[in-house]
Amino acid sequence: MKFTRDWLFDHLDTDRPLAEILDALPMLGLEVESFDDRASLAPFTVAEVISAEQHPNADKLRVCMVNIGGGDPVQVVCGAPNARAGMKGVFAPAGAYVPGIDLVLKAGEIRGEASNGMLCSEREMMISDEHDGIIELDADAPVGASFADVAGLNDPVIEIAITPNRADCLGVRGVARDLAAAGYGTLKPLDTSAHEGSFDSPVTWKLDLDGKDDLCPLITGVAFRGVTNGPSPAWMASRLNAIGQRPISALVDITNYVMFDLGRPLHAYDMAKIEGDALIVRQAAGGEDFAALNEKTYKMEAGMITIGDAHGVDDLAGVMGGERTGVSEATSDMFLEIAIFDPISVATTGRKLNLHSDARYRFERGLDSESPNWAAGHVARLVTSICGGEASVPVTAGAGLDWQRSIFLGFGKVLSLTGMVVPADEQQRILEALGFTVSAAEGGINVAPPAWRGDIDGAADLVEEIARIRGFDHLPMDHLPREDVVAKPSLSPAQARLFRLRRALAGRGLMEAVTFSFLSEDDAVRFGGGADSLKLVNPISADLSVMRPSILPNLLSAAARNQDRGEADAAMFEVGPIFLGDAPEEQRIAATGIRHGVTAPREWHASSRAIDVFDARADAEAALAALGIKLAGVQVRTGGADWFHPGRRGQLVQGRTVLASFGEIHPSVADAYGLRGRVVGFEIHTDDVPMPKSKGPAKSLLSLSVYQPVTRDFAFIVDADVAAGDLLKAVKSGSGPLLNDMKIFDLYEGANIGEGKKSVAITVTLTPTKATLTEEEIEKISAEIVKIAGKNCGATLRG
Amino acid sequence: MQNLDALSSEILSAVDAADTLDALEAIRIDALGKKGRVSLMMRELGGMDPDARKAAGQALNAVKDSIAAAIDARHGVLASAALDAKLAAEAIDVSLPSRPEAEARLHPLSRTIEEVVAIFAEMGFTVAEGPDIESDYYNFTALNIPEEHPARQEHDTFYLPPDAEGRRKVLRTHTSPVQVRTMEAMEPPIRIIVPGRTYRSDHDATHSPMFHQCEGLVIGDGIHMGHLKGCLIDFCRAFFGVDDLPVRFRPSYFPFTEPSAEVDIGCTRDGGGLKIGAGDDWLEILGSGMVNPRVLANCGYDPEKYQGFAFGMGIERIAMLKYGIPDLRTFYDSDLRWMRHYGFLPFDPPSIHAGLAGGSL
Repeated sequence: MKFTRDWLFDHLDTDRPLAEILDALPMLGLEVESFDDRASLAPFTVAEVISAEQHPNADKLRVCMVNIGGGDPVQVVCGAPNARAGMKGVFAPAGAYVPGIDLVLKAGEIRGEASNGMLCSEREMMISDEHDGIIELDADAPVGASFADVAGLNDPVIEIAITPNRADCLGVRGVARDLAAAGYGTLKPLDTSAHEGSFDSPVTWKLDLDGKDDLCPLITGVAFRGVTNGPSPAWMASRLNAIGQRPISALVDITNYVMFDLGRPLHAYDMAKIEGDALIVRQAAGGEDFAALNEKTYKMEAGMITIGDAHGVDDLAGVMGGERTGVSEATSDMFLEIAIFDPISVATTGRKLNLHSDARYRFERGLDSESPNWAAGHVARLVTSICGGEASVPVTAGAGLDWQRSIFLGFGKVLSLTGMVVPADEQQRILEALGFTVSAAEGGINVAPPAWRGDIDGAADLVEEIARIRGFDHLPMDHLPREDVVAKPSLSPAQARLFRLRRALAGRGLMEAVTFSFLSEDDAVRFGGGADSLKLVNPISADLSVMRPSILPNLLSAAARNQDRGEADAAMFEVGPIFLGDAPEEQRIAATGIRHGVTAPREWHASSRAIDVFDARADAEAALAALGIKLAGVQVRTGGADWFHPGRRGQLVQGRTVLASFGEIHPSVADAYGLRGRVVGFEIHTDDVPMPKSKGPAKSLLSLSVYQPVTRDFAFIVDADVAAGDLLKAVKSGSGPLLNDMKIFDLYEGANIGEGKKSVAITVTLTPTKATLTEEEIEKISAEIVKIAGKNCGATLRG
Repeated sequence: MQNLDALSSEILSAVDAADTLDALEAIRIDALGKKGRVSLMMRELGGMDPDARKAAGQALNAVKDSIAAAIDARHGVLASAALDAKLAAEAIDVSLPSRPEAEARLHPLSRTIEEVVAIFAEMGFTVAEGPDIESDYYNFTALNIPEEHPARQEHDTFYLPPDAEGRRKVLRTHTSPVQVRTMEAMEPPIRIIVPGRTYRSDHDATHSPMFHQCEGLVIGDGIHMGHLKGCLIDFCRAFFGVDDLPVRFRPSYFPFTEPSAEVDIGCTRDGGGLKIGAGDDWLEILGSGMVNPRVLANCGYDPEKYQGFAFGMGIERIAMLKYGIPDLRTFYDSDLRWMRHYGFLPFDPPSIHAGLAGGSL
């Protein structure tokens, strides 16, 4: 919503400087979005062309001597066809910034003739699109004076943002009313008296709404005859220009001006073009073509509110008028529409046709319910004073809106809701200044909102009005009362462990990523997703169209982007939502990581090695440990999802629960992302990972053995397809209760141990608890280990 | 015996001249070994009469001791020199780089969320959660945003297909639905914050189709807008680490609060850079207000009995302001260079006791 300072002061009688008003507006809830003091026109002055001679070296240029009002005349080379001796124009000196050509002028030569400035067109100064020649000012324009002052372009422009509830401030008068209520002046009276019509309107309204009269509760029309539709007066054109509205003709400009001035959209028909003697308000049947004033054609849908005549529909109510019956320069008889339409219907129509207009914007936010009654006289006077002619007696249809209501505001309500102390008489003053009607009631007041405040629907709204006019700066600053001297944790254990998990993974060298919750359908399908219920109806692009079933595809894409930037060795993780379905319980949290390339850049220690599936498994194990899982109880199972390499994938399980999957990404999947070389990854659905049982903070008692631990090594030969994990399980069960630790320290396959065989060397550490182990006892345990390994895994000791 | 002095001086000068440990050992064996020259003379003592043996023995022992001492001393010198030589030969160019260690960082978003949680924990809030795929009832209707309300159209909502009962699902456009879910699930007093993902169909330099918000909701006895002001000022000053940070409350509009306020913090833009703190300019950072009575009623609360406040802020926005991250879109790009630069070391979690700045790491 834009307006100028003087426009505001038409409604607000104030001696406060503009700077204070600019500071006050946001504190009333009217955020200042921009302020243009029009200083960009400051360098431009009125000048007189003393002489204009043909340029010796260019047909279309003239060499002008220009009197700029002080000092010697200045020579300017000018290409405008209308540059001639004796005219007055607008001069920009060297050094001035000319906004329309985005250039700072420099003194120089044009085709060999000195040129020390510029005579400007309106377009060059960005005050209109006019560029047929340079500006010609009136002969009495004072040479040397500021052009902005002479042309009335010195009126600063203010743009404010209007929140959806403040439809009343979509007109300058509403803004003035707020400022007046807040003590920034007095609201000047507006003459809304009726205009005595001198004839009966030849056109009347007909509501044909099948009983849905609430679609058009009130509509007024005024007919005008004998008007002259020339250019609008300079003051009006200049204000419309200032707020970015192109002046068209007096009749059109008046409708626009009233819309911005009073928030009251109007529509002007050329009465001569109306067929028949009635304008009919009805719902579209659907399928009608409608040529709108914006020179586009729209197909109407059934139910849209329209206005038409005997010829047919020519107006989308509240959105845009039609071309056929619109006013033109030649219009001498006009019919003016001042209506209220159902805001939802207007909004729906505009949205369906993607048709935006300043009128629609106001209709759908809600107009002053009484405005068809009071605006008619004001507008009639404005039209006849500018365009001459005479106005008819208004014609009205509709029963009007039932807008009057009363809201009780208890005496203590402002204090209890805001903590702000506002004396009762001040509360009443504020409400009345805003146009509310206040009457006494038991324990408080009854407040009737004015017709222009459709947004007010309860006591809380009244409190807001009082508080914002009083000023939010008066709100007390009360610290939230403390409930516990020592604050309690704000995270549940399940929430807290996710932060621990992030730290654990980052501590292992995985960079934390945050990626979008949606991805391409290809990505989703590749990783087991892509259900119809998870496809966005209105995605922003095909790449972001399906809710993700897994974080892996996003991390693989990210690794590929980094590879393209020359960072092939990526290690990344993300903890975030995945979507197995559209129900709340089908949204899960996944902790997912990938590693690509080598563990470190090539360097002189030669510490770098290619990553492999065990890196992914180690990440998964570390993640589970951070989630509170004791890894001793976790087993490894081969197998897993088919986006992993079929021979290099596994799952970490506890009982029947799959805690994590890991593996090398299937080469054809890696290839789909353009990743070169091996990628490994893991996935954990953290909701599936049981919370550790809470037994209080105390740890179990540590008992340390005083006896020497014993280490024994076993080199087993087993069939190549025997899982090392099974062999370890056998060794564990053979070792008995003294087992402290066991590790595979060598793995060997070779012809010398036989085809299809492998050697697995395991070191076992036994920790005695009661006495140092004798050689005999050690031998007994060793024999048991060998026996069970043989029985369970077909293992023999290597000779 | 008569040439004992000569022998002694010959051996001692040989010891002095020995220039390796091996040469010294050879001299020791030649002098003091089992068949060494001094040892052999010791044997000759056996054939002497007692007096002569005593005198000769003393003299010989003295010679033997002096040679042994000389050898020891020389050994010390030579061993030390040998060690020096060995160490010199072992010298390593320590200017070579050490072995690389993977150093990863936490995303600024999880860092910022943790800071926010730490501050609100101090004020007695707990963290609540809700689904990203919401019903339009929770996302809009319950929050007093009716179907055809302009605000609902302005939300640029992502829609999902309706479910079997024809209920339309949306990607939540704000974290506010969790207000409703929380009030439906529990009785006051309530103090929750809701950090989480939110979605709007906007994609340009300053909008991302996915971003993060943190909702707050306080319902309790006597909670009024002054508490809202106090709570958010306390938060802003703690979060930005500026004790005198100016915080301004400005009237605004949200369908689910009444009265509503936007919150601005003070800043300066002198010299091109943005600095949070006392200054001549304001930055909008969050929206807030007293919970609209209609929302309370929608959640089954009696608006005559309960009141409270709610607020919502953009996590990316406050992270960008605090940590000087210029571009919103880079948050989701997973560019390793960006992550290394703007990320945070994992072993320095924000806390009230150790501080919330984190900037030095």
